[in-house]
Amino acid sequence: MLCRDGTVTRMRAGQKLGLILLLTPLLLWLSLLIIIPHIDLFLLSLRERVGVRQYETGLGNYTTILTEPLYMVTFARTAMMSILATALTLLIAFPVSYYIAKMVRGRARSVLFLMCLIPFWVSELVRTFGWMILLRESGVISGLLQWAGLAAGPVELLYNDASIMVGLVYTSMLFMVVPLVTTLDSLDDAVIEAGYDLGGSGPSILREIVIPHAMPGIVSGSIVVFMLSLGNYLTPTMLGGKDSLWFTQMIYSQFIVRFNWELGAAFGFMLLILSSLIVWAVLRLTGQTLEKTMG
Amino acid sequence: MIPTIPQNPLIRVAYGAYVALFFVYLALPLTVVAVFAFNDSQFPSLPWQGFTLNWFFGSERPMIGVFHERPILRAIGTSVIIGLAVSTLSVVVGTTNAFLFNRYQFRGRSLLYVLMLLPLVIPGIVLGISILVFSSTMANAAWDAAQIDIQALRPGLVLVILGQFSFVTTIATLVIAARLQKFDRTLEEAALNLGANHLTAVRTITLPYLAPAIIGAFVVSFLMSFENFNTTLMLVGSDSPLTIAMFDRLKLGSTPLLNAVSLLLMLGSSLLALVLIAFQRKG
Repeated sequence: MLCRDGTVTRMRAGQKLGLILLLTPLLLWLSLLIIIPHIDLFLLSLRERVGVRQYETGLGNYTTILTEPLYMVTFARTAMMSILATALTLLIAFPVSYYIAKMVRGRARSVLFLMCLIPFWVSELVRTFGWMILLRESGVISGLLQWAGLAAGPVELLYNDASIMVGLVYTSMLFMVVPLVTTLDSLDDAVIEAGYDLGGSGPSILREIVIPHAMPGIVSGSIVVFMLSLGNYLTPTMLGGKDSLWFTQMIYSQFIVRFNWELGAAFGFMLLILSSLIVWAVLRLTGQTLEKTMG
Repeated sequence: MIPTIPQNPLIRVAYGAYVALFFVYLALPLTVVAVFAFNDSQFPSLPWQGFTLNWFFGSERPMIGVFHERPILRAIGTSVIIGLAVSTLSVVVGTTNAFLFNRYQFRGRSLLYVLMLLPLVIPGIVLGISILVFSSTMANAAWDAAQIDIQALRPGLVLVILGQFSFVTTIATLVIAARLQKFDRTLEEAALNLGANHLTAVRTITLPYLAPAIIGAFVVSFLMSFENFNTTLMLVGSDSPLTIAMFDRLKLGSTPLLNAVSLLLMLGSSLLALVLIAFQRKG
């Protein structure tokens, strides 16, 4: 009896040791690189500079942002354009994902799926560079238009909001296609056939069978695409014009150019809050959880 | 609309055309980047001046090729070092995380799981500045307390590695946990029955089973690190990795040298992708 009790406690002790050993790296990672830095960022954003090396705690940085129209306009513009980019990506990606998941079979299918992934094995910088070569005044599309006689002189297609949108949609396409193909793939053809047998038409089947089934994929794809657009720095900087400001550019300029870390921290925190709010709202509206859509 | 249900052929053709157009759109930017790497001109743009390999092998001004351009070669080296460090760290922590969430039930488990996913929904630039702020708080504290200047906490290689590691780990964890979930635990129990202790059972049975996922996670982590821009931008010191070095050049104006570098990057990543697929097949 005693002996058995002894082994049980030893087992428990061993298990406990294992648990502690496995918990340590996780806790170190999360606390030192995620949680504490964000608390520190928040504290810094509450620090107001009142003089040289003199600081006060308060919401001054946030009131500066809220009362300065340029900051608020940029903030709202970044949010709206990211939402638009997400919607466009979903609209473009959905038919393609459906085609890959349901219309083709076997080898052709894996080839098409792989072809969707290939552009994203190279860095965003290269992709953006490609769009610059295509769209700029001396670029390929401008050249083609002149050659075809559709334009009299060089056409500048770069440095405006539309070119930012092209870049954003392109850059985030993969993160929409993959979850969509995965969820659509799990939809049994028989269910769609049953829909037709019961007198459904193409649009009604799409609305009542396909889209509800694909919802987890739509949600996780949209969240990731929205996050990537909101936090993008490269695409708006390289493809956007002089006055198409993006919120991340303001964070960068406060931190690196102006060296006003307090205000930059407040910008960063606002971006974090905006993105968390929208992610939370989307999850709430669609009845999904973060564990289900991401894990 | 599925193949087994008869459908208006016109719609079917239009649908196929749309998908074809989509793939043209995907391929277009990369194709022009690749093609202009061979343009015998100072600018990666039309008109086409003829074919040249000088942007790869040229050694004289004004056409210094990639293989003779020291700063670019150094930046590639920096990126490789960062990438190897980040993927090693991420895979190790990813493996321990996967075992933790797969094998143990404890209080706060679901909270920790959500926290583990969090880095995926934090914008990269915010992750960058928060680590920048925290590390400089620590560095300043160390200076105030003991007049020690800890270089590792100032923008540079170490911070870039930590910054990338902070979110790449989540991906590594998910990749490895997905395979561990499919593992048949009775195999481990059999090893225990045959006299192995826990550690030996995990080492000889479970880890070999996980190998394809671990290698996959390593390659994916390496690529994510190599390509990362946002987090790196905020933490970079004097040693720029390749993406930052290319960005700095691109801001000043581009030469086909950048196309040549990009083409090499494409070839490199495709090679890695093929290796990865080959490994997944075997596993």
